[in-house]
Amino acid sequence: MRQKTREIMSNAMAISVSNLSKVYRIGHQHRSNRATEAIVQRLRHPFQRAEYEYFEALDEIDFEIPRGEAVGIIGRNGAGKSTLLKLLTRITAPTTGRIELNGRIGSLLEVGTGFHPELTGRENIFLNGTLLGMRKRGIKQRFDEIVDFAGVERFLDTPVKRYSSGMYVRLAFAVAAHLDTEMLAIDEVLSVGDAEFQRKSLAKMRDAARSGRTVLYVSHQMQTITSLCTSALFLDAGRLDYHGSVDGALMRYRATFEEFASAQRQAARRPGSGELRATDVRMERAYHAADDKVIEIDLGSTGADSTLPYYVSAHINDANGAVIAQCDSRVHGVWLDPTEPQRATLTISGLWLRPGRYSVDVFVCRAGILDAWQGAQAFEVLPELPYPDAVPEDAYSNGIVLTDFTYRVDAADDFERPQR
Amino acid sequence: MRTTVINPPGRLPLPPWSELWEAREVALRFGQRDVVLRYRQTAIGVAWVLIQPLAAAGIFSLVFGSVANLPTGGIPYFLFSFISMLAWTLFSSVLGRAAPSLVANQALVAKVFFPRMLVPISTAMSALLDFAVGLALGIVLLVIYGVNPGWGVLLLPVWVLLFVLLALGIGLAASAWMVRYRDVGYILPWALQFALFATPVAYSLDAVPDNLLPVFAANPLSWLMELFRYSLLGEALPPTWQIVGAVLVSIGGFLLGAIVFQRHERSFADLI
Repeated sequence: MRQKTREIMSNAMAISVSNLSKVYRIGHQHRSNRATEAIVQRLRHPFQRAEYEYFEALDEIDFEIPRGEAVGIIGRNGAGKSTLLKLLTRITAPTTGRIELNGRIGSLLEVGTGFHPELTGRENIFLNGTLLGMRKRGIKQRFDEIVDFAGVERFLDTPVKRYSSGMYVRLAFAVAAHLDTEMLAIDEVLSVGDAEFQRKSLAKMRDAARSGRTVLYVSHQMQTITSLCTSALFLDAGRLDYHGSVDGALMRYRATFEEFASAQRQAARRPGSGELRATDVRMERAYHAADDKVIEIDLGSTGADSTLPYYVSAHINDANGAVIAQCDSRVHGVWLDPTEPQRATLTISGLWLRPGRYSVDVFVCRAGILDAWQGAQAFEVLPELPYPDAVPEDAYSNGIVLTDFTYRVDAADDFERPQR
Repeated sequence: MRTTVINPPGRLPLPPWSELWEAREVALRFGQRDVVLRYRQTAIGVAWVLIQPLAAAGIFSLVFGSVANLPTGGIPYFLFSFISMLAWTLFSSVLGRAAPSLVANQALVAKVFFPRMLVPISTAMSALLDFAVGLALGIVLLVIYGVNPGWGVLLLPVWVLLFVLLALGIGLAASAWMVRYRDVGYILPWALQFALFATPVAYSLDAVPDNLLPVFAANPLSWLMELFRYSLLGEALPPTWQIVGAVLVSIGGFLLGAIVFQRHERSFADLI
């Protein structure tokens, strides 16, 4: 009896994951791509156990996803989102743990995988469809729908290498979107294509979720997550930090920015070669939207051992982690002298930010990255708009940034109407 | 609805035969793609299939038949070398196309799931198609030279299958190793070249000095080659132990290759 209920319970779940970990071996010095080297190594040190450094991409994750749910997976870069999708779609194998999938899972991890440039659109639809798990009959039935969705009728018999990148992406997405698997895993594909196509694909995915399919969606675009997903997973450094409502996950995500920022203050814990690091980054706590934002960056020195100049790049990120602006000293030909400590003052004018919270990442680079200080500073943009009139929020909240614009209105009679 | 359970890979995983069978359409598509691509953007297209074995046999008859005067057991040298090269080309092209196939399909291996074994296996299709065209030409040559192979010809499909199985076995293992060590790609053509001369392809076993015969008798490829010529050229049937040996080595080789492949399969996406 008990067994039975458990069975029913587990069947209501599309995905159950328990104790899932994925460990990658990295940075092994003797690791070589050449058999000869491997053999020589083995001969030279016959008893030496290979030394590896391990990286836990995912660490003991447990969760269950009920059927028909659209789940967003969020987290910072390197938190393990893509690894999780790769494990769920069986592209790579877990190190420990168990995944149970009730139904088939289709994946769209990168647009156009399996597309061959020399094959025509028609041939690629069949090849790609088959690869994603469709049968020939299934593809034939939906062929017209796919072509229609992608809008490539006229180019069906042209090799896809002659397609524009937009067409290529549309066709690839169309094939995957017409998969009839019970589950669909999608990794950040909506960021491609024009706005019209993005709207269409978003609608398509919402339909998929509504028709009882389970959708897993990884994205950096929080807007898409909020509009598409019914629940969310938040991954932080390989651990499952939160599983629940989308709002809850977003809140956790934002909260960890602060924790992350304080951890990053210790230079030794930051990525980068560390030859030279930023020692301090200062700016005001709050600005008005149209204010000039001034950021002072203090930089250390390498002493006399390295005289190659370096450059500095600052990123302004919004609360969701999307990069709004990149201010790179190279664009002004500014290169800094590493032999002495320096102070760089960055003035950002002409960037009108929407009210909200922003963070600043500072990168110090030469040939490689010397210092990557994410969340070096944070600031607030006050909720006073730089426009003369008070307006409801929907009058400015759809753009990522604000801008300086004017309207001029003339009576239409003053113009000659275009002749038909 | 089907339930799939994903676990960490075990020590000695066997190939998932039923999964392979279910995904056979993928192999078919791959094979089709290979064939289509081979002759797209070529000026004379499929004619290459005919020109390649003819040219090879022509060169062989010039060098080995006319200059070196290697014996063929009474069969016209051009016919002899054409038929032998037919079998050899089948073996070497299945192996030569299977081995680099995984690395050549990196993008797929790293981004989509399907039974990976289908990639090397599907390469056999284009090789078999080339073989079929060559065989048709070979039959024409048999008629022109007036050689009647006898009833042994009925066993031809068996030898073809054995050749393909052996080549695939080695090819599967080679493709899996190549993901980790690209050296395999350099060693293989060289090894194939060596095997071509170590196997009685350009000459018959009559040309081998007696003291070297045991070495040649130990080469499974020469058993298969003799069996192939028995069926098409009406040569004497090799000893029974070689026939049994050929069957065992081919099937065993294929299984072994499949197991080696499967052992590495789940790490491909991380290494490639």
